[in-house]
Amino acid sequence: MSDTTAGLLQTAVLIAALAVCYRPLGTYMARVYTSTRHLRAERGMYRLMGVDPDADQRWPVYARSLLAFSAVSVLGLYALQRLQPHLPLSLGFPGVAPPQAWNTAASFVTNTNWQSYSGESTMGHVTQMAGLAVQNFASAAVGMAVAIAVVRGLVRSRTDRLGNFWVDLVRGTLRILLPLSVAATILLVALGVVQNFSSGTAVRTLAGHAQMITGGPVASQEAIKELGTNGGGFYNANSAHPFENPTAVSNLLEIFLLLLIPVALTRTFGLMVKDRRQGYAILAAMWVLWAMILGGVWAMETFHPGTAYQLAGASLEGKETRFGVPASSLFATSTTGTSTGAVNSFHSSFTALGGGLLIFNMGLGEVAPGGVGSGLYGILVLATITVFVAGLMVGRTPEYLGKKVTAREIKLVSLYILTMPVVVLALAGVAITLRTARASILNPGPHGLSEVLYAFMSGTNNNGSAFAGLNANTDFYNSALGVAMLAGRFLPILFVLALAGSLARQQPVPATLGTLPTHRPLFVGMLVGVIIIVAGLTFFPALALGPMAEGL
Amino acid sequence: MTTRIPAAVRQSGAALRTFLVLTVIVGIAYPLAMTAIAQAAFRGNAGGSLVQGHGGATVGSVLIGQSFTDTNGQPLPQYFQSRPSAAGNGYDPLASGASNLSPTNPKLIEEVRQRRASDAQLNGAPTGLVPPDALLASGSGLDPHISPAYAALQVDRVARSRHLAPARVRAVVADHTQGRVLGFLGEPRVNVLELNLALDHLVR
Repeated sequence: MSDTTAGLLQTAVLIAALAVCYRPLGTYMARVYTSTRHLRAERGMYRLMGVDPDADQRWPVYARSLLAFSAVSVLGLYALQRLQPHLPLSLGFPGVAPPQAWNTAASFVTNTNWQSYSGESTMGHVTQMAGLAVQNFASAAVGMAVAIAVVRGLVRSRTDRLGNFWVDLVRGTLRILLPLSVAATILLVALGVVQNFSSGTAVRTLAGHAQMITGGPVASQEAIKELGTNGGGFYNANSAHPFENPTAVSNLLEIFLLLLIPVALTRTFGLMVKDRRQGYAILAAMWVLWAMILGGVWAMETFHPGTAYQLAGASLEGKETRFGVPASSLFATSTTGTSTGAVNSFHSSFTALGGGLLIFNMGLGEVAPGGVGSGLYGILVLATITVFVAGLMVGRTPEYLGKKVTAREIKLVSLYILTMPVVVLALAGVAITLRTARASILNPGPHGLSEVLYAFMSGTNNNGSAFAGLNANTDFYNSALGVAMLAGRFLPILFVLALAGSLARQQPVPATLGTLPTHRPLFVGMLVGVIIIVAGLTFFPALALGPMAEGL
Repeated sequence: MTTRIPAAVRQSGAALRTFLVLTVIVGIAYPLAMTAIAQAAFRGNAGGSLVQGHGGATVGSVLIGQSFTDTNGQPLPQYFQSRPSAAGNGYDPLASGASNLSPTNPKLIEEVRQRRASDAQLNGAPTGLVPPDALLASGSGLDPHISPAYAALQVDRVARSRHLAPARVRAVVADHTQGRVLGFLGEPRVNVLELNLALDHLVR
């Protein structure tokens, strides 16, 4: 079987598996977030948490609860890293230095999982599982909560209530992420991923060298790392490490896990707005973008332009033998399209244009299909812009799902869309002008600019993958990327919750002959066009100077 | 007398308590339970797929690659060689990772040239036969596999060094060559540690 046929079959199996889970999981998640019944365990938790689960919150209260929880999480995770030497199973590692601990705390709370540290030489087992992995669950549940609140804003009318943040957080964690993680962990261990509390086994290799076989609760963390589109690896090599991703089967499982919830949430959306076709339309736009990027990356890696690869005969630097080019391209496209940031191959060593496409994929705003929750609310914002643009063309007040898009909505949507590029380009610009920041660059020429651009694109979009040649463990990058991650996560969340509050207050307008149907291929095409044009116009100059200058 | 707690304080209190409750459930109970299940059901896998040598001592993990070099870093001719590695001084699990060099970086171009020359010389083969995975480092730096082409390139040298017929070594390689999983997942590959262990066994 040829490489291409095998790769296509693998992609087909992935899509089929997602299609099979789409209905049941999407329906289940809709029930989780719309049910009025609390489980007994949840009631106990609400008592411990000191919250009233039946309170319906206005958007500012919802936002304040979310921000309070996230602030406490940043502080808690920071403290845990600093106190590491006093914790059990710290493997003898010292406390994480303040700039790096701050960066890592911001990174995991924002669902970014940018790692300026190397797991096996920095983090003890307790810091990993009771610190970092907790945020893998919590930040994913927060993303889903915001997406559901936005959908409620579209569904509800003449109210200022969006639901209860604490209930959404607990249900997302307990009823969705936890059971799926348990299943995924068991599958991963069955495929060879390690799960122990060993501080390592020192061996003498066949050739007589000393080698330390590392241990740790890897599978339990790996499961939620993919499922929650987090991406922070237990080890520095992330999902390229054989202990995190031992076989081609575990590889496909991990890609499946990171796409699962973002994809199924479009059905949840369709069910909640009582028109499943709306969910299909959103999903179609996501798939078109994903397939285009995948095709591009795969083609570039297969034809492997670039002097070193022309000499060697394949694009295999930074890629594992067991995965090869197709499975690496599939992983890279899916991880940059979902704000996951896990990697099974190192993006800095992709061909110039293949790597450039990965940067562009993040620049789309993480909507192909995006992170858990953030992908859905991200693309709903872009859908709002799309109906607005369509409305301008025909001179009508635009509406989306029966809600009028007025000046207030457009202001919030614009603020949402502008935040990410402003943060990315401003901070990348600052970094390029600072000598100390330039000193972190590994590769000469345009690729160096790509490294810096990739870092801020990844941080601000809460992706977390890297052109990892860049030495990011410096005071500048630890601080600046920390700010980028927090701004890139919480400003858009505030704008989109305000938007939801504003939509919820409206009385729906009945659809007329002049209403643009938002479930037809025409709309899907327009949505894809708007997404590409917005990102393309914003990032073309930077991409031209980096990856395009290197690759053309 | 009723005291009114300001909303901000109440929310911070709820936030802190939520943080602690979640830490106990998904940060402690979940990984402990998963470890218990993993250790009970898949002890070997969960422990790191360790493998014993002929003396019975653990010599590594089948999932983690090794350097088959002498103390000076020179390849041992009797062992099949792994791919180049960027993990520490080579195959160091405490420093997993990639080179992150771009394909246009002169350093990588030079490394490819040098590796091609030294690999061809070591195996007494024309430079054109050296396959890409012998020239380029993996993502983890711990890649346990090489391509069947790279294994084939090394057969004659290993056979000569072990005073074995090349056909015999080729048969062992064939035994340790794995195809794509289910015929279409991943790539064909040879596990270097398992192959070298099998060869050592052959001699004894």
